[in-house]
Amino acid sequence: MATDSQLAMWEVFMQSKPGANYIHAGSVHASDKEMALQNARDTYTRRGEGTSIWVVPSNAIVASNPDDNEMFFDPANDKVYRIPTFYVMPEGAKAI
Amino acid sequence: MEVLEKKNEIQDNLLKNFEAKIDRGDAIEPRDKMPDAYRKHLIRQMSQHAHSEVIGMQPEGNWITRAPSLRARQILLAKIQDEGGHGLYLYSAAETLGISRREMIEQLHSGKAKYSNIFNYPALTWADIGAIGWLVDGAAIVNQVSLQRTSYGPYSRAMVRICKEESFHQRQGYEIMAKMMKGTKDQQEMARDAMNRWWWPSLMMFGPHDSESPHTGDAVKWKIKRSSNDELRQKFIDKTVQQAEVIGLTIPDKDLKWNEAKKCYDHGPINWEEFYRVISGNGPCNKQRMAHHVKVHNDGAWVREAAEAYRQKKEKKIFH
Repeated sequence: MATDSQLAMWEVFMQSKPGANYIHAGSVHASDKEMALQNARDTYTRRGEGTSIWVVPSNAIVASNPDDNEMFFDPANDKVYRIPTFYVMPEGAKAI
Repeated sequence: MEVLEKKNEIQDNLLKNFEAKIDRGDAIEPRDKMPDAYRKHLIRQMSQHAHSEVIGMQPEGNWITRAPSLRARQILLAKIQDEGGHGLYLYSAAETLGISRREMIEQLHSGKAKYSNIFNYPALTWADIGAIGWLVDGAAIVNQVSLQRTSYGPYSRAMVRICKEESFHQRQGYEIMAKMMKGTKDQQEMARDAMNRWWWPSLMMFGPHDSESPHTGDAVKWKIKRSSNDELRQKFIDKTVQQAEVIGLTIPDKDLKWNEAKKCYDHGPINWEEFYRVISGNGPCNKQRMAHHVKVHNDGAWVREAAEAYRQKKEKKIFH
């Protein structure tokens, strides 16, 4: 055989219980989405770690570049009015 | 000349930033800048770790059809499936460093990548399955618990996942040994024999003494390795001695004794000649393990080809 394909790579995201966030678990190799889902189940939830799985082709993931972090994530810090403690509440007001 | 100086300055700054991050205890993630030597060290260590999990399925796989009860067979199957899973976690983590699964398998087959020396020993009796779980997995756990704090994020996360699953492996092995030590004379003899054969190779799993270890320097500085070979080996010995006593097994080391001043056990000399003989390809099972992996890999090629062909056929149906 000329080239040995190890099949395409897929990223696996799992929800541990209904209502929880989907969290990245790792990756699997598979030729199509059905196989990716089955391989993700066999690899990452042998002990009931998940109740729902997403698989995404790895080459479809777009990631931010750590070199840009300063510029990319900076605006959050100088907008303190986004934080509730920024505001002055009238004396005596309750449950706010 | 000026260009070269500028280039060196940039390199120096990158290294400084990287090491400052490591010193702060930040994890390094796949897209972060990292020194080539860091990447290389991780690829070597993680692929070796992954290959060990997969090759480690062989000595145990041999006993699935020979397990003494249905319960034992189910447990062994589940354990071996876990080992395969652990291999996959680690391949997946190593792939984030830019090496492909195919390259890793090629390196295993060409001998460029190694796997743990321990799997070049045969599993001769059912007691060996007990000894492998209790001692070999026990030693692996000590190493892997320490690696949960390794600096490379994907490796550390894989270790956390693996450690959660390994303790079942060790307990099932210890249970087998305990049962055999309560069994017939023959069974007790089998357990003792397995203990005698697996104890020293298990100690060798931690690698050469710190004074002889060639990979330690940068690995410690960059927090890939969080404890030294000798520290980990000592931890393993200290917790295993008591477990052996409880089930009536003797550790085959006449020099083993409690050192009250150091609060740990002193042990006799390790036969490093044997270690280097086995690691260089002359152990009892080296050839068999590799031949089996190559054969199964090649025999499975048509399955991967068929899966690819099926995908292509399905895609055509959708788009035409």
